Amino acid sequence: MALYTSVLDLIGNTPMVEVSELSPNPQVRILMKLEGQNPGGSVKDRIAKSMIEEAEKDGSIRPGQVLLEPSSGNTGIGLAMVCRIKGYRLKVVMPANVSVERRQLLELWGAEIIDSPAAEGSNGAVRRARQMAEENPDWAFLYQYANPANPKAHFEGTGPEIWQDCPEVTHFVAGLGTSGTLMGTGRYLKTRNPDIQVWAIEPPAGELVDGLRNLDDGYVPPIFTDNDGYNLLDRKTVIGPRESIEWLRRLADVGIFAGISTGSAMAGAVRCASQIESGTVVIVSPDGGWKYLSTGAWTEDLDAVVERARHTLYF
Amino acid sequence: MAITVRIPTVLRAHAGGKSSVEAEGATVGEVLKDLASRYPGMSGQLLGEDGNLHRFVNVYVDDDDVRYLDKLYTTVREGQVVSILPAVAGGGA
Repeated sequence: MALYTSVLDLIGNTPMVEVSELSPNPQVRILMKLEGQNPGGSVKDRIAKSMIEEAEKDGSIRPGQVLLEPSSGNTGIGLAMVCRIKGYRLKVVMPANVSVERRQLLELWGAEIIDSPAAEGSNGAVRRARQMAEENPDWAFLYQYANPANPKAHFEGTGPEIWQDCPEVTHFVAGLGTSGTLMGTGRYLKTRNPDIQVWAIEPPAGELVDGLRNLDDGYVPPIFTDNDGYNLLDRKTVIGPRESIEWLRRLADVGIFAGISTGSAMAGAVRCASQIESGTVVIVSPDGGWKYLSTGAWTEDLDAVVERARHTLYF
Repeated sequence: MAITVRIPTVLRAHAGGKSSVEAEGATVGEVLKDLASRYPGMSGQLLGEDGNLHRFVNVYVDDDDVRYLDKLYTTVREGQVVSILPAVAGGGA
């Protein structure tokens, strides 16, 4: 192992591991990129570093400045770590119904948490943060949903790493949140091989959409449209909490201890593998399982865990 | 062929308060057209002036977003469920 001079240099270059034992189709390999191996514990370390360093380069932030971000967890945690190292003050707007470990991690890194209503989900956190950014023009608003440094981190990092480790990839499957992972990685992989299929996995909208007053309260991330997401994606499919947690548990059979959204990605890969003749599916595991222990995801009755997952943001 | 269409909370006022209704059609476009003829308030909500889906409306056949299948030409079969949902920011952010 090499010696690093800063934890920031440990971000990226994550390992990929074969989980084909769980593939429903012997002609389809499934490989998982373990983003939980990043120092802050998730794929979001990549964009946290990228968004802050781009803002430093263009002079929009200075040491000691207040930064504001809407996040249901991992981006906030990644930013909080990078801000602590670099000396910025971070405020995170977060739906009140995220798992307790997420709040604890933010507090550990010294970020201030601003609650947004649980019923409004990520949409509500985004709306509140945008409003606060307008009211406080001296705060820096990195805004992962619109910041080109988000997909750039994946276009320059995640994508090339996958291509280097696995040029035989035929399908790339990842969760759709800000769309940064899919836009950046997907666009890079298609520049190398336009035949690669990019599949987006999303959680069911469920109760989250009940907070909307009308359709114009809806939201499509600017980075999705800026990267021509409608043409870039080949498929977008919903994976429910039961399937996610069932696959999350099965992943333990091959030694993978990951977050609940990894179960969704794996369920998506399995759906993909069962619909194609042959190929190599690469999926992203966004984080490790530690932050989800309090949810009982592995140990409690499946029905109870699934029911709770409907009311809590784990993804 | 009757297809079950799930209506999101935000549009239920236009569908007699119902969370799911029946509509006829062999493609998503036909189903939405039939839906609009039964519930005239829905028409302006689902499609833009260009005849494509409103930008904040996602339509699914079972689990798949039709924008990445054959859009309004996506076929539907007996037993499949068409779900209309507003686009919202995803969770994993």
